[in-house]
Amino acid sequence: MMKINFNHIGTLQAKVLTYICFTAIAAFSSCETDDEQTVARSTNLVLSEEFNTDGAPNPAVWGFDIGTGENGWGNQELQYYTDRTENVTIQNGVLLITAQEESFQGSQYTSARLLTKDLFEQQYGRFEARIRLPFGQGIWPAFWMLGADIDENPWPGAGEIDIMEYRGQEPTVLIGSVHGPGYSGGDAISKEYILENDRFDTGFHIFGIEWGPDFVNYYVDDVLYNQITPEDVDEETDGEGVWVFNKPFYILMNLAVGGTFVGSPNAETQFPQTMLIDYVRVYEFDERLFNN
Amino acid sequence: MKNIRNIHLRFIVLFSLGIAIFTSCERDFSDDVQFATFSSNGDIFTDSPVGLTDEFFDSFDPNEGANPEGFGTDDNEAFEGSSSIRIDVPAPDDPDGGFIGGIFLDRGDGRNLTGFDALTFYAKGSITATIGEVGFGTDFGENKFAVTAQNIRLSTDWRKIIIPIPDPSKLIQERGMFFFSAGTQTTNGFGFTFWIDELRFEKLGTIAQPSPAILNGVDVVQQAFTGSNLLVNGLAQTYNLESGINQTVIAAPSYFDFNSSDNSVAIVNELGQVSVIGTGTTNITAQLAGVQATGSLEVTSNGSLDFAPSPTRPAANVKSIFSESYTPDTPINFAPNFGGSTTETVLTNNNGDNVLAYTNNNFTGITFDNTVDASGLTFLHIDVYVQSAGVEVGLQIRDIGANQELETNTTNGLPQGDDVDFRFDLTGLTVGQWTSFDIPLGGDLATQKNNLGALILTDGPDFIFDNIYFFTE
Repeated sequence: MMKINFNHIGTLQAKVLTYICFTAIAAFSSCETDDEQTVARSTNLVLSEEFNTDGAPNPAVWGFDIGTGENGWGNQELQYYTDRTENVTIQNGVLLITAQEESFQGSQYTSARLLTKDLFEQQYGRFEARIRLPFGQGIWPAFWMLGADIDENPWPGAGEIDIMEYRGQEPTVLIGSVHGPGYSGGDAISKEYILENDRFDTGFHIFGIEWGPDFVNYYVDDVLYNQITPEDVDEETDGEGVWVFNKPFYILMNLAVGGTFVGSPNAETQFPQTMLIDYVRVYEFDERLFNN
Repeated sequence: MKNIRNIHLRFIVLFSLGIAIFTSCERDFSDDVQFATFSSNGDIFTDSPVGLTDEFFDSFDPNEGANPEGFGTDDNEAFEGSSSIRIDVPAPDDPDGGFIGGIFLDRGDGRNLTGFDALTFYAKGSITATIGEVGFGTDFGENKFAVTAQNIRLSTDWRKIIIPIPDPSKLIQERGMFFFSAGTQTTNGFGFTFWIDELRFEKLGTIAQPSPAILNGVDVVQQAFTGSNLLVNGLAQTYNLESGINQTVIAAPSYFDFNSSDNSVAIVNELGQVSVIGTGTTNITAQLAGVQATGSLEVTSNGSLDFAPSPTRPAANVKSIFSESYTPDTPINFAPNFGGSTTETVLTNNNGDNVLAYTNNNFTGITFDNTVDASGLTFLHIDVYVQSAGVEVGLQIRDIGANQELETNTTNGLPQGDDVDFRFDLTGLTVGQWTSFDIPLGGDLATQKNNLGALILTDGPDFIFDNIYFFTE
């Protein structure tokens, strides 16, 4: 009898452990949204913008484009970019880029565009950001890169790598692209990724590329969804396009409103709309990881 | 042994409570909560009904025009599998009934739908008509969690329809699996057929950005009185779908948590019914699943409203428009939504007596569903109450002529076509009491008053009407 009792108690303890595990799982799956995904394989972190200090982003890393550019930054975008707190600020460990509907300097909307031109430029590596996107017709956030020689070598010659583009009216669709001479604008080499049973505007997701001498790999969270190589450029452009991704690039993050890529906002588009960036991290390229 | 078994039981209870507390962030259960297990199967119709009552389709009342004959299944049409639901929408003059509609009920005690976020199905039409209403939660009982989406556009190919659940956590035991109502409003009276397949509750994960509304999202200001009862209506929930479309559904009051900012002025219950109990101002607002609804109702009560003087004229001498004392001669519409009108009109129950309360009037009217033949009558009676000095109301008694159409020159507001009117200003009103008017049917009405069709009301802007009727001495 004693033995049976002990056995029974042993079973009970095992069950208790199971129950504790269960409750712990329940707690995380329902209340907590902030589980840190870690998907970077490269280990040498060279830029780690965590946005942990409230206020303006670090001026040693981030500059701003101000105004409307030429023809709405080439895309007939409707916003006026500023560096005001209303459009860009760090709060509670998150960088907020906010598009406002307001009359400002002749534009109907304001927003912000940050860039690391002349401040942080790198050739190859892993570039990633953890972002929660806004939503609604005519909302166009992006996390992207331009060739650092753009002043001497105008777009599309300088090259462009779009790590994340998204249309607010398609809240489950991510677009990753490269632009270069012979494959730019509407002819960019591009791929969409559709998030199943989830959306990009309800939680944070990691958007990243791993970029090496002859490839750009596109990731969302832990999913590799595209690889673009010089062969793809050749194929898509009948040999006319040139691979321009063997030189340093800088990073841009912006939230555009309207323009040819998304169309204008409509009466149902809610403002303000905010893009929340938890971090931007850049790792050095580690050739050993890509030897296979 | 007995002792150990008790311990074991206690752990199970603790385990259950743990789950209850942790899976919901905002809700506490009492210790004596019972966890009933209702089916969480989301399927309603695949190739055959799933877990529905034997009759499957429960039609609306044929006595009210519903056609119970047009419902069936079709083995020649299916989005997936071998069979679909086929609904033949009748013409308005169909002898079996001029529209079709009804519900599907769970054959058991109801289902637990808390794990889903939408009702979905595939639909296809014989023509690109619209289905008037589609939803769930209607059970021909309390309809406590009824949800309706309106004007579902059909395609002549299969198309997926998504009806978001306003707040799935409420649906722990729902019997109303499906609801639809369809007529020929969009097809000029021509009947059509539509098919429904793969009807089920689903967890899509892409239903997001809730934007609930009360009073259709409008901030309404309303005068009221101690004892009057108001209803918060215009209840809706809007979700953004994967397609980018904002899908709005009409949601039953029980999805909302209503709040009154001053419970000494008015209280509001779980059905959105407001009872004014004191003097002062209160703001009625609501939340749905923790999200603040747009729209609000600001109620100002100046105390109790006296009853208007009781009419004493014999019913034989009266054709009534609005009065508890007489049988109405015609149904009326007191919110005709004239273009440019800023008026808010509310039928208010004042301790059992209905009055019409007008707020912020520039112009509105009371239109009669059937014209009133006042050939043998000589006066219009109306009782008017105002709460502030200087209020004057312009009243136009309109005969809309043989063509039975309200015809107004939109430039000068005068009747045109075969319409005529007589105009009278309600002036000399005393604050805080009822003033009664007996207005002669004079002017152009002296020779044309057999098709009285409307009362047009201008200015004010805030006033209350009761006992509106035509009579002869």
